[in-house]
Amino acid sequence: MELKFSNNTLSLVNKIIKRYPEGKQKSALLPVLHLAQSEFDGWLSPEVMDYVASLLTIKPIEVYEVATFYSMFNLKPVGKNLLEVCRTGPCWLRGAEDMVAHIERKLNIKAGETSADGNFTLKTVECLGSCGSAPMLQCGANYYENLTEEKIDQLIEKLRDKGVRSSYLKSVEINS
Amino acid sequence: MRKLLLEHISEPGIETFDVYRKKGGYASVEKSLKTMTPDQVTEQVKASGLRGRGGAGFPAGMKWSFLDRKSDKPRYLVCNADESEPGTFKDRYLMEKIPHLLIEGMITSSYALGAKTSYIYIRGEYMYIVRILEKAIEEAYAAGFLGKNILGTEYSLDLYVHPGAGAYICGEETALLESLEGKRGNPRLKPPFPAIAGLYASPTVVNNVETIAAVVPIINLSGDEYAKIGLGKSTGTKLISASGHINKSGVYEIELGLPVEEFIYSDQYCGGVWKGRKLKAVVAGGSSVPILPAELILKTAKGEPRLMTYESLSDGGFISGTMLGSGGFIVMDETTSIVKNLYTFARFYHHESCGQCSPCREGTGWMEKILHRLHHGHGRKEDIDILVDVAKKIEGNTICPLGDAAAWPVASAIRHFRSEFEECVNNSMKVKELVH
Ligand SMILES: Cc1cc2nc3c(=O)[nH]c(=O)nc-3n(C[C@H](O)[C@H](O)[C@H](O)COP(=O)(O)O)c2cc1C
Ligand code: SF4
Ligand code: FES
Repeated sequence: MELKFSNNTLSLVNKIIKRYPEGKQKSALLPVLHLAQSEFDGWLSPEVMDYVASLLTIKPIEVYEVATFYSMFNLKPVGKNLLEVCRTGPCWLRGAEDMVAHIERKLNIKAGETSADGNFTLKTVECLGSCGSAPMLQCGANYYENLTEEKIDQLIEKLRDKGVRSSYLKSVEINS
Repeated sequence: MRKLLLEHISEPGIETFDVYRKKGGYASVEKSLKTMTPDQVTEQVKASGLRGRGGAGFPAGMKWSFLDRKSDKPRYLVCNADESEPGTFKDRYLMEKIPHLLIEGMITSSYALGAKTSYIYIRGEYMYIVRILEKAIEEAYAAGFLGKNILGTEYSLDLYVHPGAGAYICGEETALLESLEGKRGNPRLKPPFPAIAGLYASPTVVNNVETIAAVVPIINLSGDEYAKIGLGKSTGTKLISASGHINKSGVYEIELGLPVEEFIYSDQYCGGVWKGRKLKAVVAGGSSVPILPAELILKTAKGEPRLMTYESLSDGGFISGTMLGSGGFIVMDETTSIVKNLYTFARFYHHESCGQCSPCREGTGWMEKILHRLHHGHGRKEDIDILVDVAKKIEGNTICPLGDAAAWPVASAIRHFRSEFEECVNNSMKVKELVH
């Protein structure tokens, strides 16, 4: 099947392109890759990147070199929920390592892996600007802060089978 | 203590246009567009003594006056909302709680600079704030504060939010501009500076969220009145993100000049070190600035009380001082392993190096590796000196300041806590983990 954004997303893409001067449509690349990632299963396959290149009339290589640079773009499939736990200094000071270890035990995976049922991928990340409410994790567009093992247990139950990838789509629907 | 940015933060509904406007919001736009020329606005910012709140502390008015106004290319104002310096979360707080303050500052500042299109470049992880800002922007358009002929004047402005996608380096202003052009975030060689050739090779000013927000009270009060707040050359108020081993973490607006001791121990701010423990060390301005042991953060080497100002924090240079930086204030109690904390920072900088210059690309990797083995009890005797040497060789030898930012924490931790590193080597055993 040929890869294509929904009509709704396509009109968003066109609105986003208009934010930049004529001929500078490449500027829309990061926002459009976010849209692509939320619409096409949470990751950017080569086909998806080629499609984005064609939409912005740039070369595929221009998309690959960008997609590989930024940590929010997944170049491999991920679980329905991507749990990103911050582990930098301030979060470490407040027990981030215990939280990672708890999730690893609970889901029976190591950081970087996906649970057998495909529900969760665990990733450790660097400072997310939530150091005052550490330890924390991000899932989709949501921040979960001041974590404890109990809070993580509840969150995992809540998210199981749900699939919260990114709500960029929703956020740009409001205005552009 | 006087508040200029967060005065109305606990007002219910302050995130909406109506409530914000009722509390006096958008007065700076009316005042500047209707009664001042763009140059007069810039003069007020110069007179205020406002220094960039993103980390480097460069005088904002001076930066604005460098903008090439003779070029026939469009001019741009780009707000740096990339906020990725570990320990820093003040811009997030401001944008989330009082988004119209940033929008108002963007309009007034864009008018001063003659920008017709402006962008807010925000880190991609703050996606939910993209939504908050876009809603606020939509309200500002509807009320006639954005778009064509603002408030019936000749001035028109379009404002857009642009999300990044996870890269600390995109906070460096030229990397940010590359990223905004849809490229990898590789910092550019300077000169040319953005004021001459920035976004799309046009004259551009890049300012931090808090800097742009501070333009609002400056125009409302006048530059001279703003300059009376604070202490000496550290004028105005500053948002401090407080984290780590304290009783009350969060974002505090302080008048510059507040004693560090009061900031840490007063119930109005951090409320003291948690669990009744003793203070061991503080990183006062985000992960990039030198760490100081308790005695040097509370008092300078001369024995004077250390104050929250650009000057007082840097008193003693890098031998016994540090920097105000972004205001990311990270507190460590007596149980903290300085080696382990430093290891997390080294890992961070290695992860975030864009890889363009070899001293940074290779050096950050070596520092991470050596700290990893020290922390895990496999350290060698020569490791400490190698670390110092690598840090020295990175510093000053790179395209952008990320290299320095990676080197300073290492050099300072060893300077002040050398015995702890030696202990790692001598014991050749896993360093004490943090006990909660
Ligand atoms: C590696 C690196 C990361 C930076 N990150 C940020 C950032 O997240 N936010 C910011 O405002 N400035 C950041 N800066 C500083 C910017 O380059 C620039 O000085 C600043 O945006 C200018 O705004 P100001 O003068 O208003 O502070 C960073 C600098 C470097 C070298
Ligand atoms: S110092 Fe590091 S981050 Fe900066 S340009 Fe060089 S390699 Fe890139
Ligand atoms: S260190 Fe974890 S959010 Fe900043």
